[in-house]
Order: sequence, then structure tokens, then C-alpha cells
Amino acid sequence: MFDTSRQANELAEIQSRLIFVKVGLLMILVLLGLRLWQLQIRDGVYYQDLARDNRTRSIVLEPPRGLLFDRHGELLANNVPSFQLYLSLEDVQDRDLLLSKLPEYLDVNVQAISEKLARKRRGRVKIKNGLTLKEAALIESHRLELPGVVIQPEYQRNYPLGTYASHVIGYVGEISESQLKDPEFLDMQAGRIVGQYGVERTLDTHLLGETGRKVIEVDAFGYSKRSLSIQPPLAGNDLYLTLDIRLQRLAEDLLGKEAGAIVALDPWNGDVLALASQPGFNPNDLSGGISPQLWQQLLQDSRHPLTNRAIQGQYPPGSTFKIVMATTLLETRTMSGSDSLSCHGTFPFGKRVFRDWKRGGHGTVNLTKALAQSCDVYFYKAGNQLGIDPIATYSRKFGLGAKTGIALPSERSGLVPSTEWKKKNRGEPWYPGETISIAIGQGFLSVTPIQMAKMVSIVATNGRVVQPRLLKASRLRRTGNLKKEPSPTFQQLPIALATFSKIKEGLAAVVTKGTAKRAQSKIVSIAGKTGTAQVVALKDDDDKSEVAKKHRDHAWFVAFAPVEQPKIAVAVIIEHGGHGGSAAAPLAKAIIEAYMTEGTIKIAAPL
Amino acid sequence: MTPLMNDNVNRRGLDTFDWCFLGIIIAILTIGILSIYSVTNSASSTKFPIYLKQTTWMVVGTLAFIVAAGIDYHKFARLSYLLYGAGLILLIIVLIMGKTSRGSQRWIPLGPFMVQPSEFIKIPLMLTLAFYYGATSRKGWLRRLIIPALIVLPGFLLILKQPDLGSSLGFLSIFLVIVLTVGMKSKAFGFIVLAALMLFPFAWGGVWGSLHGYQQDRILSFVDPNSDPGGKGYHGLQSRIAIGSGQLVGKGLHGGTQTQFKFLPEGHTDFVFAVFAEEWGFVGSLVLLTLYVIVLLMGLEIAYNAKDITGSLLAVGVVAMLGFGIIVNIAMTSGLAPIVGIPLPLMSYGGSAMVVNLTALGLLLNVKRRRLSLS
Repeated sequence: MFDTSRQANELAEIQSRLIFVKVGLLMILVLLGLRLWQLQIRDGVYYQDLARDNRTRSIVLEPPRGLLFDRHGELLANNVPSFQLYLSLEDVQDRDLLLSKLPEYLDVNVQAISEKLARKRRGRVKIKNGLTLKEAALIESHRLELPGVVIQPEYQRNYPLGTYASHVIGYVGEISESQLKDPEFLDMQAGRIVGQYGVERTLDTHLLGETGRKVIEVDAFGYSKRSLSIQPPLAGNDLYLTLDIRLQRLAEDLLGKEAGAIVALDPWNGDVLALASQPGFNPNDLSGGISPQLWQQLLQDSRHPLTNRAIQGQYPPGSTFKIVMATTLLETRTMSGSDSLSCHGTFPFGKRVFRDWKRGGHGTVNLTKALAQSCDVYFYKAGNQLGIDPIATYSRKFGLGAKTGIALPSERSGLVPSTEWKKKNRGEPWYPGETISIAIGQGFLSVTPIQMAKMVSIVATNGRVVQPRLLKASRLRRTGNLKKEPSPTFQQLPIALATFSKIKEGLAAVVTKGTAKRAQSKIVSIAGKTGTAQVVALKDDDDKSEVAKKHRDHAWFVAFAPVEQPKIAVAVIIEHGGHGGSAAAPLAKAIIEAYMTEGTIKIAAPL
Repeated sequence: MTPLMNDNVNRRGLDTFDWCFLGIIIAILTIGILSIYSVTNSASSTKFPIYLKQTTWMVVGTLAFIVAAGIDYHKFARLSYLLYGAGLILLIIVLIMGKTSRGSQRWIPLGPFMVQPSEFIKIPLMLTLAFYYGATSRKGWLRRLIIPALIVLPGFLLILKQPDLGSSLGFLSIFLVIVLTVGMKSKAFGFIVLAALMLFPFAWGGVWGSLHGYQQDRILSFVDPNSDPGGKGYHGLQSRIAIGSGQLVGKGLHGGTQTQFKFLPEGHTDFVFAVFAEEWGFVGSLVLLTLYVIVLLMGLEIAYNAKDITGSLLAVGVVAMLGFGIIVNIAMTSGLAPIVGIPLPLMSYGGSAMVVNLTALGLLLNVKRRRLSLS
């Protein structure tokens, strides 16, 4: 097949034509080189000017954040249109002159703005949120004098309920310099509004949505002449929280002006029905770019409105801790439920004498009566027999000393002391006398209200441990589908059913004939435990009614209902409220009754 | 046939020419990575940024280069019809179930990667044409032109249908340059030109109608981009501003305002030359252009010295493919040609193109290294 002479001839012909290919190629490439000379050298200055004065602007389109609803679809947070004032830096001719002119038209802090602009040369920088219509009109009519000033309509977060549920919902704000460096916000650009507190922060990835982008051509004043391309933003997902906003409002109204917290849980699935902390704040004030004065005022307020007491407040549990003590006693078989002892109102220990809250004592007490009457002497003796470490072990089983993991920022863990803890943190051995204080929920012990609600939930469900949760369902914007959160996983504590029955018997007696008769309800059977947490040690002869408010005890009440088939677990604390039975128990009762009767109200529930 | 026999008779080793060749390729690849890094590093936040992906593709391409350079090209040539057939089948698969992106169907997903068959089929095309002309006498224009044209046509049409105007023109250019080199008698050439002129209005209607709106816009805007700076001519204008504003020495790495502020679209793919020209100026652009010219001239030198028709035409095909990409890409970014979406060989981001271009360069070296062996 191969004809060598043909090959040789044809190859020679090809070689001769390659010259033309080479010449053609070189000519074209020289032409390209000339073109580059033309663009970069001859017209370089012209294009340099065009680059510096580029008339196209790329604008980020903020997506509307996802809406927040309660479990029944009541609106908790939405977005309202508002005017935002931007500086388009490429179009600003004289920055100082412009900044000096701005205060003529609207209320701005020139100092703060010039600091914000200090290191920026290009792009759009937001300088004021939520312009009033009057301000917007004024700026618009003077825009020829204010080149580079641009008004852009955007969404502003709005909380229709004002201060209600403020600690749970939280607020949004412009992403901060430090957040921009955080890997969590890696894709973000300066100026984006992100969640800063509450679920707005912890569920931010659901709510954010995706930004769009618009390329526009601008005139000499930075105003849009026409748009060149638009990629629309994608709104964030709407979220349904586990909160029942009616219960939440009731809880906050019940606390009123008192500082304190109320947590209500569905004990079976950990749904947070209410999580109230008073005093609160108005998230609308914080989300629109808060003024430094108001922010300082909030930070310096001695009542700490920005603290979410339900998860950050760490208090001694007082007598509510006797629930854990009683469980430890029964499970370690240190005492049986029927063992009785006599209480004369004092418990001598070494050189000290520990007193019962009731002078003269409770007489003969067994476990049920000890819980119902909150007999201190019974638990002093119990604590002395048990020692600190078994108490610590059972406390941890009930979730004390550890964060519950609820989806809210800055939760605190409280403290469950043990011999090991003391050695490590104080460098001292544990003194048996300290156990006596722990036995009635004092001493080093501290808990948060949500931990107590979780603890009483575990009792109510005979040992089912679930993590409190706030997210019930989400509506995905991309598909429009409602995605329900899966049922939470739970863990069963290895505690005998008989133990829980005995504890519940005692807790029911607390309400029927014990320290919390004020919590007795005509509609529902309630079981609970009062607590009165000491703030300062009082001498015997102090008249308690005369004590200054800030030295008064914290009032606790933890409860669940109905006793037979629990549906709700509640923890109430009122700071410096005095006795748990008188101050806190009626609030828990009101919450429980509202929840139990609510079932009969017809609601158009989407869930 | 008396090719410049140099002293080197060692077929296996690499001589100065080969080392120069490799050095220049590496230099171009480095420039490419640098430019992609400059475009993507400020904006990118992913754990696996584009310049690293591109580097990965270069490693894959290098392996392909070694294989393509190592095995005697006659073995590839004998398999060429089979390979070309396989390529056509892949193109059909793309049309049926390919991945659609920005209005055209070009990719086949392969695990985490996207394979672009319209790139890969260029290698079998060159091999097929080289093998065909090597084995067939050129007597008569049926054998010389019509049969090869019939070989090229299905591939060309399948790529055009995706639609991928740029790739289909690139595909066609390989054929045209090889045919030109094989040589048409002047009479035949004249006839073709006449026929083409007569058919042009009909072909224009057909081709124009099959183009997507954005392609039509691009070609229209090419006529006068300044009349509509924000609209259809937007990309072209921004690209010319980028190149021009680079001036003599450029704005330095990451200094390109056109690129960094995203006035320039597709900086890491089709407009990578504009990114480079903005940041390294006329000096840099000229150095890059010179590197490309040297590669192409070395390719032609290899074609000239090849020991047989197949080898010579294979080298011509490689030069045609790379030359087309280089010329059209730089011409389109600098405003001399319409923006048709042709990547710059060895620089634009794209795994398939990178592997194919390095394979082609491997074949080139293959032809050169076997010029002294006897068949």
C-alpha cells in the first residue's frame, strides 16, 4: 500500500506549502501584536481613564430573610420595605465636602461614617438605615448636589410583637468586622444583614437566602441609567418555631416587671413552648442599626435586659433540687420511700447547726412528706449519708451542670460540684459540711431555668431525656415544600419506674397539701416543687419582710401536668421574689391552665 | 526529502530542541495558573479554589502528554477511525443526555467531573485526517477533498447542534488547515470559493437561525460595540478596557481593577488573556505572544522535518488547533473578532481542553522524536 516514491513526492509538496502556513500564521500574530500595541500603548491612557471611571456598577440584591412563625403560624418576624442610604464610592467626587453636606438633609453621624469609609475606595457602602419618607424625598431632590449618594429600597426586619419573645427571636444587624473574618460567614460581603442574637443568629443559615446581583450603568451622579443584567435573589426559608406565642405572651405578662424567667417544655419531644426572660428589649430598636446611646443604655442597665435569664441565668436551685436528692436516695437505696425520721427543726453537724426553714420542725417525715413540706432536715441527713459524689452523678443524669444544647447563643452550663471539681478548681478537698448545703440546693450548686425545666420533664416522662428544641418546621423557598423537623432522638435514663412513681407522689403532694397549695388547679392535676434560693445568708433575728429587695431570696417553682399523663413541664424563677410557693407557683399554674384549656380552642393550625 | 539531519541520533533521549519545547509549555502553563489565581483567589471561598483545580488538570494533562509522546504515533493513527467513531458516539450521548449549562448542552458528567467530548474529539480528528492522507493517493478531488469533508461533517454538525459555535469552528479549522497543506489545485480552490459565495446567503440563514440569541447578539455587537456599551457589547468593551488599561507594564498581580472589581466577566475562562494583559501590560502580553509563536513555529518545524505524510499532517493539525485557539481568543478579547467563546489554549480554565491540548503537544513531540526512525 505504501508507495515510497509517492510518499516522498507528496511530502515534498506538503513541505513547500508549509511555508505559506508559516507566513500566514506569522502575519496574523504580528497583527495581534499590533493590536495590543494599539490598545495598550497608543490608546492606553484612554482605556486607563475608562477603567478608572467605569460606568457599570454591580449591585448586590439582598434577599428578603425568611419569615418566623410560632407553632400555630402566628407571625413573629417579617420584612418591611425601607429606604437605605448608600454611598457609591466611585461616583463620589469630593468625599469630605459630601460628608459635610449630608447633615443638612438628614440626621447622620459624620464621624462614624468617615471612619467606616476610611479604608474603602470602591463599591457601595451603606451609611444609613430606614430613611424616613421626608429624608428620602429631600435627598432625592438634591441629588445633583450630592453625587454618589444613592437611595435604595430594601427590606428591613420587623418584629410585630415588639418585646415579646425578644430573647428567643433575637435580632439582626449588619455583619461586623470580626464576623467577616469568621469562617462561618466566609461567603459574606460587608454590609450584609445577618442574625446577631436569638434564633435569628443560630438559624441564620436557614433564614438568610441567597443574594442576587444586578449590573447597572450609572450616570455621572451614580444614579442608575439602565440595568444590564439581573440575577434575582432567593428569599430565605420560612421557619416555624416550637413556641406557642400565646403561652409566651402569658409568661412574659405574668412576670411583668419582675426580673425572672419561665420555661415551658413539651416533655415528650422537647418542644420549647415558652421561653420567657424579663426584662426584655425591643428587637426593632436593635435591628435597624441601633444608636450608640441606646446601645450603651441597654448594656449599662442594671437589670440586664439583654441577658436571656432562661438559659444564661445561673441560680442556686434551692429546694427544687430535692427532686434530684430524692431520686439519688431511692436509686442508691440509701433510704427507702417508707423510712421515716423525726425532724425537730435543726441538724447539728460538727460545731455548726443547720436549721430547717420551719422553726420547730416537721415532726415525723417520710420521703413523700419531706418533699411535700420541703423538710430541710430530712435532706440534710440524706445528703450527709450520701456524700457529694453520688449527688453529683445523679445531678448530671438530670442534665444539670451541662448546656442543654438549645439553639440559642451564649447558653451557660451552671455548676454541679464534686470532690474532683473542688480539687481541680479550688485546690482543696471537699468538706462534708458543704454537702449539707448542696442537699437543699445551695452552696456551689447553680442551675439555669431551662435545665430545671428539662429536669422536671425527665421526671414527668419517667426518665426520657430529650434536647429542648426551637425549630418545628421550615418552608423551603426553593421547592415551596414544608419540611417538618424529624422527631427528636431521646435517651432513657436507667432509673427505676418505682422511683419515679414515688417522686411523683411526693411532687403531687407538694401541690395538694404541701408548700405549693397556691398552685392547685380546678381543671388539671399539677405536680411540682417549690424552691427558695438564698441570695445572702440571713441571721435568725432578721425580719425577712424588712430585708431590702436585692437581698431577698429567688423564688423557684418547677412543675408538670397533668400528673397522670404529663403534657407540659414548667420552670419558673422570680429573682428576689421571696418564697417559691407564694411567688412562683401561681405563675406556673396559670401557664399550665392556659396550655391545658388551649387544646379546646379551635385554631387554624398549619402544623 | 532532506530534512535537517542534526547530530542527535538517540531516539529515546531529549535534545535541546525538546527541552526548549517543554520549557516554553511550562512557562505558558505557569502564566495561566498565575492569571487564574489572580482572578479567583480574592472572590473564592471554597476549599478547593479554581486555580488548584486547574493545577490538578495540568497533572492529568501531563500524564496524557507522556503517553501521547511515548507510544509511536503510527499506532495511534491506525486506531484513528475507531477513536473518531467513539468520539462521535460521545457527541451523540451529549446531545441526548448531556449536562446543560447556560443554554447549551456540552458536558457529560463523569463522577465529580464534567467531560467535554467536543474537545476530546479533536485528537481523533487530526489522527484520522493524517492517517487518511498518509494512506491514500491524492489523485482527484473526490479523494482529496470530498471524502475527508464527509469525515469531518458529522462531528462538526454535532458540535454546532449543542450549540457550541466556538468549538465547532475550532474543529473545522483543523480540517481546513490540513486540506490547505495537502494542497488543492488552484482550479478546485476557485470552484470551492465560488460555490461558497453562492451558497453563503442560504448558509447564513441556516447558521444564523440556529444560533442562540446571545450568540447573535455577540456577533451583532461586534459590528459596533461602542454604540451600546452596557448592553450586547458589554463583555467586549470591558475586555478591551482591561487590556488597554494595562498600558506598558500593567497593574501588577491582583492590581487589575477590571478583573478584581468584576467588570470583566469570565476572567478565568474565555477572558483570561485580558486578565493577564491588564496585570502585566504590553510587555507581558508580548512575552506571552512570543512564547505562543515559538510553540507554533516549533510545531511547523516538526511538520517540515517529519519522515512521513501522516506525521507531517498530524503536526500540522496540532498547530492548526492551537493556532486557531490562540489567534481567535486573543483577537476576540482584544476586539478584533466576535466573542464566540473560544478558550485560550493552555491558559483558560477547563479540564477537557487542558488535557486535549497537552495530548496534542505530546503527539507533536512524538512526531519529532520519530523522524529518524525507519518505517
